[in-house]
Amino acid sequence: MDSIGVLMACPMSSYLEQELEKRFHLFKFWQVTQKPQFLKEHSGSIRAVVGNAMAGADAELIEALPKLEIVASYSVGLDKVDLGKCREKGIRVTNTPDVLTEDVADLAIGLCLAVLRRICASDKYVRSGKWKKGDFKLTTKFTGKTVGIIGLGRIGTAVAKRAEAFDCPISYYSRTMKPDCKYKYYPSVVELASNCHILIVACPLTLETHHIINREVIDALGPKGVLINIGRGPHVDEPELVSALVEGRLGGAGLDVFEQEPEVPEELFGLENVVLLPHVGSGTVETRNAMADLVIGNLEAHFMNKPLLTPVV
Amino acid sequence: MKMRRHDLPQLLVINPPGLFDYGDPFAAKFTVLRAWESPLPLPRFLSAHAQSAPALLCSAATRVTAGLLDLLPSLRIIVTTSAGLNHIDVPECRRRGIAVANAGEVFSDDVADAAVGLALDVLRRVSAADRFVRRGLWAKDGDFALGSKQLVGKRVGIVGLGSIGLQVAKRLEAFGCPVSYNSRTKKPSVSYTFYANVYELAANSDILIICCALTEQTRHMIGKSVLLALGKDGIIINVGRGAIIDEKELVQSLVWGEIRGSGLDVFENEPNVPEELLSLDNVVLSPHVAAFTEESFQDLTELMIANLEAFFSNKPLITPVMDKQ
Repeated sequence: MDSIGVLMACPMSSYLEQELEKRFHLFKFWQVTQKPQFLKEHSGSIRAVVGNAMAGADAELIEALPKLEIVASYSVGLDKVDLGKCREKGIRVTNTPDVLTEDVADLAIGLCLAVLRRICASDKYVRSGKWKKGDFKLTTKFTGKTVGIIGLGRIGTAVAKRAEAFDCPISYYSRTMKPDCKYKYYPSVVELASNCHILIVACPLTLETHHIINREVIDALGPKGVLINIGRGPHVDEPELVSALVEGRLGGAGLDVFEQEPEVPEELFGLENVVLLPHVGSGTVETRNAMADLVIGNLEAHFMNKPLLTPVV
Repeated sequence: MKMRRHDLPQLLVINPPGLFDYGDPFAAKFTVLRAWESPLPLPRFLSAHAQSAPALLCSAATRVTAGLLDLLPSLRIIVTTSAGLNHIDVPECRRRGIAVANAGEVFSDDVADAAVGLALDVLRRVSAADRFVRRGLWAKDGDFALGSKQLVGKRVGIVGLGSIGLQVAKRLEAFGCPVSYNSRTKKPSVSYTFYANVYELAANSDILIICCALTEQTRHMIGKSVLLALGKDGIIINVGRGAIIDEKELVQSLVWGEIRGSGLDVFENEPNVPEELLSLDNVVLSPHVAAFTEESFQDLTELMIANLEAFFSNKPLITPVMDKQ
């Protein structure tokens, strides 16, 4: 199979690179200086693209690769893949669901606790020597707080299950109400935000959910409310979020994703009611290996004419 | 009819308030004798002003010894704002017929939340990653180095399955963690695996969480052998008391990589923290705040007042300190 060309969109995992190199002819797109020339030269041999949350296969790239048969994403989110174009051209698309569900849900709760209980800020307080001069302050209890979840899919459900163990009443917004669901449904994000203390974004990024967290939602969440984003940066109108936090109109935020990663608004750096993470939702050794294995498994299955493991298209 | 100030029962407070403020709710119901505000040395103050005081409100900072009790001949009840009782000579109080009430379970949820928060932070390197972002390193150096470990499936070992330990167990079960414990006695009502000693528990755990009280038996219970049994992939979380762990051995284990990491809310000599820990990325340090939220202090105020009012109306205390087996 080592004559099959696989284009990796950006650096994502050295383990995955190694495994791909063992099986295919791997091209590393980020090392290419003259991209149009490269694509002309190699378009005849590139039959697969491997992307992730940062870079995938947009219409332009798909058009430039006439031999493209499959896009295997090292992520569960597919907002960087032009799914319509893939369907049109009969290109298969796979992602990495389930293997990362628990880690992302764990991190959502970790962010809730870090923000409400000021874990990062109090660690800094100790390291800076301030504890010798006086006590830290009272923080906000997490147990029993109302949690609102946007998107009750695999990840949203896993977040809810964990929050329930802290006696948090759970409510949610979804495109449609889920039958047989014990959690309270709200038909709009603003209503959900008005009725919860902590709002967690756990839905896919689509045209409809772009900036689903806007000024109106932030106002509804209010000066004691906390936003946790484990979805995608563009779910949130970032300038609105920043000004709300700086002005005290929003109580706090735990953010794993940003609109222009790896850029993070510097106005947030001085705030102790925010926790800022560099997109590590699925970032454990175990899960990243499992994700890589799924990418390899899907590609091998495709090129051996076997059923794909986790197809979306 | 509103009681006049000097008709309100006397409530003695010896140490100045810390984060818990003995303020308005108490002043409305009691004549509060604020010993720390007096220029007199304590024995003189008590002799002059507290001879008929029936009640003492104290934090863990007030040592209630036989010597102190000798200076308070009218004392009938002590309410302490902590769950722990190391600062009170309880047998001596019993001998003198002085009732003691503590904070009961008012802090259990918050301490359990803090324990879980620390465990998640250590495993997923939340504070380290937050520092990475704030230093501008994500844009400059690229992705945060992968080293975080998954929580799901990790074996949780709880030392002390009292009120706090049970709340920790309940939470971590929801994350898919099998739970086992060591306690003075096995609890027949729980289905978690019991280990007869801490060494066995550590050998069979990935995350060791200290939730027990500090007693003569538990002092330095976690030493070198227990830490080695926990092993280089193990982490230890302490929301009990600093002295339960041999701090020197813990620091060494962390510096030498004999255990993976640690989340510590308590230390042997607070507010001093061993220097070596201040530059480690695999530890999360917390200034003894696991119990301290606005809500728990509100609940604590109500509980302390409820205990005192119960006492003064000859009703049973809400959270009396019971004799332990």
